[in-house]
Amino acid sequence: MLFKDLKNLVKETHLPLHEVILSYEMLESAEDPETLKNSLSSLLRAILEISERVYGKTFKTLTGLTGNNASKLSKNDHGLLSEFMRCAVITALSMSENNASMGKIVACPTAGACGIVPGVFYALKKIKGFDFDTLLKGFIVSGGIGEIIASKATISGAVGGCQAEIGTAAAMASAGLTYCLGGNIEAVEAAASISLKSLMGLVCDPVGGFVEVPCVKRNGTAVTVAITSSEIALSGIKSVIPFDEVVDAMKKVGKSLPETLKETALGGVAVTPTAKKILKRILGKLT
Amino acid sequence: MAMLDVVGPVMIGPSSSHTLGAVRIGRFVNELIDGIPDIVTFYLCGSFATTYKGHGTDRALVGGILGMKDDDENIRNSIRIAESLGLDFKFDIFENDEIHPNTVRIECQKNGIIHDIWGSSIGGGAIEIFKINGVECSLDGKTPVIFIVNRDIPGALSRILSKLDINVANLYLKRLNKLKLTAAAIIELDKSPENRILKELGDLDVVLEMYYIPQIF
Repeated sequence: MLFKDLKNLVKETHLPLHEVILSYEMLESAEDPETLKNSLSSLLRAILEISERVYGKTFKTLTGLTGNNASKLSKNDHGLLSEFMRCAVITALSMSENNASMGKIVACPTAGACGIVPGVFYALKKIKGFDFDTLLKGFIVSGGIGEIIASKATISGAVGGCQAEIGTAAAMASAGLTYCLGGNIEAVEAAASISLKSLMGLVCDPVGGFVEVPCVKRNGTAVTVAITSSEIALSGIKSVIPFDEVVDAMKKVGKSLPETLKETALGGVAVTPTAKKILKRILGKLT
Repeated sequence: MAMLDVVGPVMIGPSSSHTLGAVRIGRFVNELIDGIPDIVTFYLCGSFATTYKGHGTDRALVGGILGMKDDDENIRNSIRIAESLGLDFKFDIFENDEIHPNTVRIECQKNGIIHDIWGSSIGGGAIEIFKINGVECSLDGKTPVIFIVNRDIPGALSRILSKLDINVANLYLKRLNKLKLTAAAIIELDKSPENRILKELGDLDVVLEMYYIPQIF
């Protein structure tokens, strides 16, 4: 699937983007649009339910290196974030810490990046009061963006670095958010492109190989990139580089990243003196 | 790549390859032996061996072998649950550079019968079961499978296959013991057979042991 094709189809058929994506999916994978819509609907329902349940909680994570980020942030407010953004960040941190504590999550696109898409959709529901049907349309658009990246490039940190996981999640979240807020297809494209460009080159460097440091906080900060990109796009600012080309660029960047920066825990913050010291302390308990 | 490979599944964290894949391999064994084993050893290789506690791979494997589903929130408590059920389980590690880095060999015993299953978690929750009781295969858990130990005599296989009214997707065969005249067949099916067919298969005089593993995800 190419974004260019979606744009042409929207132009030719005058159908809304989310319907074009569902029909396109049927052509590509023989998936019945209604069945697919039902599956996506239950995934979105799960996302909203889990977000509600875990919001701002404290978690006992597997390594103990994270677990109280969401709870701390929810108790401290210095007025730097809008109510919407604050809710999205707390949701993203909560979901990600829930993941690190063997809680139930929805991979979106992966478990490591599972906080970002829930961040925007839960905030749309809780702060903006959006109804489920509108959110579902946005979620379909998020899915379409994720699929374009997965089929043209990769959504695996081991293959393309963190940009492929967190970057993809932010592009998906940003596109869905923009669509829910009434953005047209150009705005959706700009939002996804700006998110992916902003996170391009991000390396996958988990301390000890575990999905906690820096993954949890990256979910929290990347959701702000998604929201900012959406605001920029909704104001009519275009992405100079079309989305399909941004995805190609991300793929090439992933290829040029050394193996040490692709989920091997052999580079980045994973090999800092503090990371090594922490690992020495906790590894006895973990193997 | 389909959209549902990008969003979803609903799963237990923290990692699709180290946790979800491990639950599925464990559950494959639970289905194969039709329940919880009496004794089980999980031999972990590669990345499974070095990072299993930090990824919850141990709890995922135990949860799976107890029959827990992909999104069962009790997976995190599986070790305690297994202990309360009296399951005799342990973990060990081994080295093998030839196989996928996320591999587990599960050796288990139920009612005195020993089973030995090898599986890899190959990414995004996908699995490959590549050896069952010495018979090499390549199963992804998405299709129903019948594992049969049969008498190694002429016509045995054709009698077994003729019972099936469903298309066979793949067939893996191996002679087990020339003296005892035993062989094994792993039959991968396009869809689930009716119970009647399974019963008729089990009743064949050439069939010594039969195990049915439904689609596990």
